[in-house]
Amino acid sequence: MKEFLTYLKPYRKETLLAIFCIEAETVFELLIPMVMADIIDVGVASGDRRYILMKGLQMVVYALISLILGHGCARYAAACGQGLGAELRKAEFKKLQKFSFANTDHFSSASLVTRLTGDVNMIQNSVSTGMRPGFRAPVMMLTSLAVSFYLNRTLAIVFFVAVPILGILLFLIVSRVRPMYAVMQGAVDKVNRIIQENLTAVRVVKAYVRGNHEIEKFEGVNQNLKNNSERAFRTAVLNMPAMQFVMYGTILAILWFGGNMAMAGEMEVGELTGFLSYVLQVLNSLMMLSNVFLMLTRGLASWRRIREVLDEEIDITEEQAKEIEVQKGEIEFRDVSFKYQKNAAENVLEHISFHILPGQTFGIIGQTGSAKSTLVQLIPRLYDVTEGQVLVDGHPVQEYPLKGLRDSIAMVLQKNTLFSGTVEENLRWGKEDATREEIDTACRIACVDEFIDRLENGYETEMGQGGVNVSGGQKQRLCIARAILKRPKVLILDDSTSAVDTATEAKIREGLEKELPGMTKIIIAQRVSSVAHADQILILDDGKLNDIGTHQELLERNQIYQDIYYSQQEGANL
Amino acid sequence: MARTTSYKRPKNTKKTLLQMFSYLGRHKKSMAAIAVLVAISALANIYGTYLLKPVINTYVLQKDIPGLIRMILFMGVMYGIGALACFGYNQLMVRTSQTVVKEIRADLFSHVQTLPLKYFDAHTHGELMSRFTNDVDTISEALNNSFAMLIQSFITVSGTIIMLLVLDARLSVIVFLFLFLMVLYIRHNGKLSKKYFSEQQAYLGSINGFVEEMVAGQKVEKVFNHEAQDFEEFCRRNEALRTTSTKALTYSGMTVPTVVALSYVNYAVSACVGGLFALSGLTDLGTLASYLVYVRQSAMPMNQFTQQINFLLVALASAERIFEMMDEEPEVDDGTVTLCNVRRKEDGSLEECDEYCGAFAWKVPHLPASSPDFQEAGRIPARWELREAKGITYTLVPLKGDVRFYDVVFGYVPEKTILNGISLYAKPGQKIAFVGSTGAGKTTIINLINRFYEISGGTILYDGINIRDMKKDDLRRSLSMVIQDTHLFTGTISDNIRYGRLSASEEDVREAARIANADSFIRRLPNGYDTMLEGDGANLSQGQRQLLAIARAAISRPPVLILDEATSSIDTRTEKLIEKGMDALMEGRTVFVIAHRLSTVRNSKAIMVLEKGTIIERGSHEELLEQKGRYYQLYTGQFELD
Repeated sequence: MKEFLTYLKPYRKETLLAIFCIEAETVFELLIPMVMADIIDVGVASGDRRYILMKGLQMVVYALISLILGHGCARYAAACGQGLGAELRKAEFKKLQKFSFANTDHFSSASLVTRLTGDVNMIQNSVSTGMRPGFRAPVMMLTSLAVSFYLNRTLAIVFFVAVPILGILLFLIVSRVRPMYAVMQGAVDKVNRIIQENLTAVRVVKAYVRGNHEIEKFEGVNQNLKNNSERAFRTAVLNMPAMQFVMYGTILAILWFGGNMAMAGEMEVGELTGFLSYVLQVLNSLMMLSNVFLMLTRGLASWRRIREVLDEEIDITEEQAKEIEVQKGEIEFRDVSFKYQKNAAENVLEHISFHILPGQTFGIIGQTGSAKSTLVQLIPRLYDVTEGQVLVDGHPVQEYPLKGLRDSIAMVLQKNTLFSGTVEENLRWGKEDATREEIDTACRIACVDEFIDRLENGYETEMGQGGVNVSGGQKQRLCIARAILKRPKVLILDDSTSAVDTATEAKIREGLEKELPGMTKIIIAQRVSSVAHADQILILDDGKLNDIGTHQELLERNQIYQDIYYSQQEGANL
Repeated sequence: MARTTSYKRPKNTKKTLLQMFSYLGRHKKSMAAIAVLVAISALANIYGTYLLKPVINTYVLQKDIPGLIRMILFMGVMYGIGALACFGYNQLMVRTSQTVVKEIRADLFSHVQTLPLKYFDAHTHGELMSRFTNDVDTISEALNNSFAMLIQSFITVSGTIIMLLVLDARLSVIVFLFLFLMVLYIRHNGKLSKKYFSEQQAYLGSINGFVEEMVAGQKVEKVFNHEAQDFEEFCRRNEALRTTSTKALTYSGMTVPTVVALSYVNYAVSACVGGLFALSGLTDLGTLASYLVYVRQSAMPMNQFTQQINFLLVALASAERIFEMMDEEPEVDDGTVTLCNVRRKEDGSLEECDEYCGAFAWKVPHLPASSPDFQEAGRIPARWELREAKGITYTLVPLKGDVRFYDVVFGYVPEKTILNGISLYAKPGQKIAFVGSTGAGKTTIINLINRFYEISGGTILYDGINIRDMKKDDLRRSLSMVIQDTHLFTGTISDNIRYGRLSASEEDVREAARIANADSFIRRLPNGYDTMLEGDGANLSQGQRQLLAIARAAISRPPVLILDEATSSIDTRTEKLIEKGMDALMEGRTVFVIAHRLSTVRNSKAIMVLEKGTIIERGSHEELLEQKGRYYQLYTGQFELD
């Protein structure tokens, strides 16, 4: 709860003003009926025209004041609820950015999105709309309760029976519905996941004509969500009849006991009528309160889900970071082993050691699934090693601040992602304030200049979702240009020229050599030709280091390398 | 990234309401039952409260204990019925509303399946997801809570108004005046808040889209240290959402206090005018007193009514977004030629059969020869004609995989053509390869064969039939595609391979995996074929994912196979192994291949070299090498560094 309030802090003024408006409005809400009663009981009864007019005027003034207060309340309650929501979303997003991939995998991406929008919505709306009844009802209730005690202490004892019964009923409902809301949100996640999958894999679904299959699959999760939400809501709405049951019971009890008391002369009949109207007031406030309570229960289920995100322990931290920077781009792996999950049986990488000198070109080659990508992702700490050490310039990577480390190591991923926005905006990911010249140079090196003019609007072309309007090879070249813009000390190309034709690839390679000679380059490739020129070539076989050497050395002594080489060579001799 | 959410002007509210009611209309019985129960509960409540005073005045004052007991029992029964009715309508309402919401989600999902790829290219996934979640949620909330309340307060308001009319018709003119003012205000304010609610839902969608994109591209964000910029962008959208939603709630929150204040003023004015009436003998004081009591009572349900209207307004804004998506034009699919299983009879003719029995054929409908217009006779009818015309005859055309392009022109946007006058011919059983520099239009050609996109000029014939005349699903069923980006679904490895043919047995799955050379790596996974994949198979390497995609294609037994850079992330040794399996599989079938690695396409019957959307060379590997043209350059380029 304390934590919750910290998110309200920036809106403290609005919150306080909202509460003030609500309470002040409540006071008028209590005063106005008195004036109303006066008009009938005194004015009309005695036929005093002046009195009626006076009181009427007073009422209009009161009404105006409560109108102003009401508007203030609407405005400040909205500001405070929506402000809280905005703060929560911001906090979640910030946390999300720190997530390691293990953290992200812990939730599904669809679930993360819901936790950032749907769940926050739930909370902010329960605050915005729940504030008014939440702060108003207790005041109303206490006042009416006090008055009814004042009117008749004995009869008021009925409350001591009614309120606990109501409390128990409410408790039963809330304790039952709380876990149901949690299950319901889980069901929402499942629905979202299918929707998300269908959106990303729409081409596969269409190509295999699996629309109906997907609809069927969706029917399953949809039905599940329906069942779960129906169950939760059905329990929650029990609140209403339960309230009515207690309310009606109280009225009848008071009618009976009060009636008897009046008959026995212990109480005025008029008093009984007055008492009853206050009883109704109390019960109405209780009803409002119970509604607020239920809303809070639901908000709490969402809050718990948000907390899970906020409290997630980040497993890649900067605890050991010192004030150092990557200077040369020297890389060393010392007996590195790695697995994705701590409890996995087998290591993905096992006892890998090698050393890359600054400015060298380092090739990595190996069979599909031999963990080539995993290996290079350890350098900018996308993952942390399980055993051993990765050193850059002689320091373990953990000693670098993450930002500095990743700034000096550029990586072009195998699965390239471009974001919605223009080509230029995507390129600027590499360097926010890059000049036109810098962009042009990077594009020249990455051979982007060859096709940029053919795009609809050149640099200003809008990328579709995930960059659908450029071809695979164009995408790869854009990604390379984006990486070069960073002017990194180390450039890692993870099979990032697979869709680029060989001639262009050679051109990119030459460009890199010429324009960025001091940069350490790590190249993962399928084609021997892509790595043949490298200073060292590492052969990875099923997560183990098989051999390391130059093209000539490996060609002479290494079986796997020879196999790969000749399998690609064969074609030439046909 | 600076793209802001395009905010569309609110659509026709009446239409949205009608659409919404058509959903509720599917549950007429439940809705009627709810209305009755709500009425019972409301009447019990009103009547009970109304009885309080007479009971006290008659029985208590006259010390009639048996009478009091009788009345209390009567009221108890009435209240009991009221509470039961309340229980009943609440339960029914939740059930109905959740069913309606489920139907909306299902319809939306089914509709999304029919939308053309263009639609998906133009919208961020998260934004579309938001309609399924945030917008549907709002509707669910409104239906759950507000609908019954709305009926109830409507009943109470009308009841009170009738009482006012009965008591003093002249004075009630004042009430009507104020009611009119309230309605005016609610309408005015409702319009304003609805505008902001619509904006709010749109911004929510944009945040959803942004977050989804960022989670998907997390690796890139980290690699480029782009956190700060993304956070900034997020804050921008977040702030926009906060501002509009605050406005929306402020406006909608203002309605209730305004209506309440108006009702106070109404009371004051009524009292004053009534007082004057009474003094001038136009009405008696007793009637005025009870009249005023009713005026006072009418405030509460009025206020509830307004509150519910607010909830409905948000729901309406959401419903508009949902129905807007449902109104989106589906893919054009007018074709009437279907794919069917056939058996070849001894005399060589084809016979249709229910299950797979060795071959496929196109079932082509023809308009009757007796058609009045000679030109029409024998023509393949459009879908509506097929429904209406009589005497349609069918011919069976064996599915061979003969694909021809005649002068095909295409552009993703009309102003910019990507392909110019492409003509090509793939004979059945041939392996046709497309080669060319990146962006030359190779993938585009393939996306036209299966009608992912519609051509803007020329014709594509498939086994002699215009693909426009084919039913889209059947056309696609006859082609098996391995696309550039591999997508895996949540489920086991087995499930993912089986996606190619749902009826495939476990043995078929393994066989397909062996063909794709995926078997060995799958068996080394923690649970082998039953290993669950989550988050698009996040922990598999790109190469392994491609192997699974190939297995998926292999299992589908397609007459035509399309491989678009299907082996780009697979090492050459593994590719060699796959090739053998694939060759066996593709025996006698037409294959289209796109690859940069020329070794992959070398053994093709015909290789088309594309450049800037035009075929510049065609021929077999040897022929092209002899031509010493672009292909020769490309081919030698691969080894120029040796």
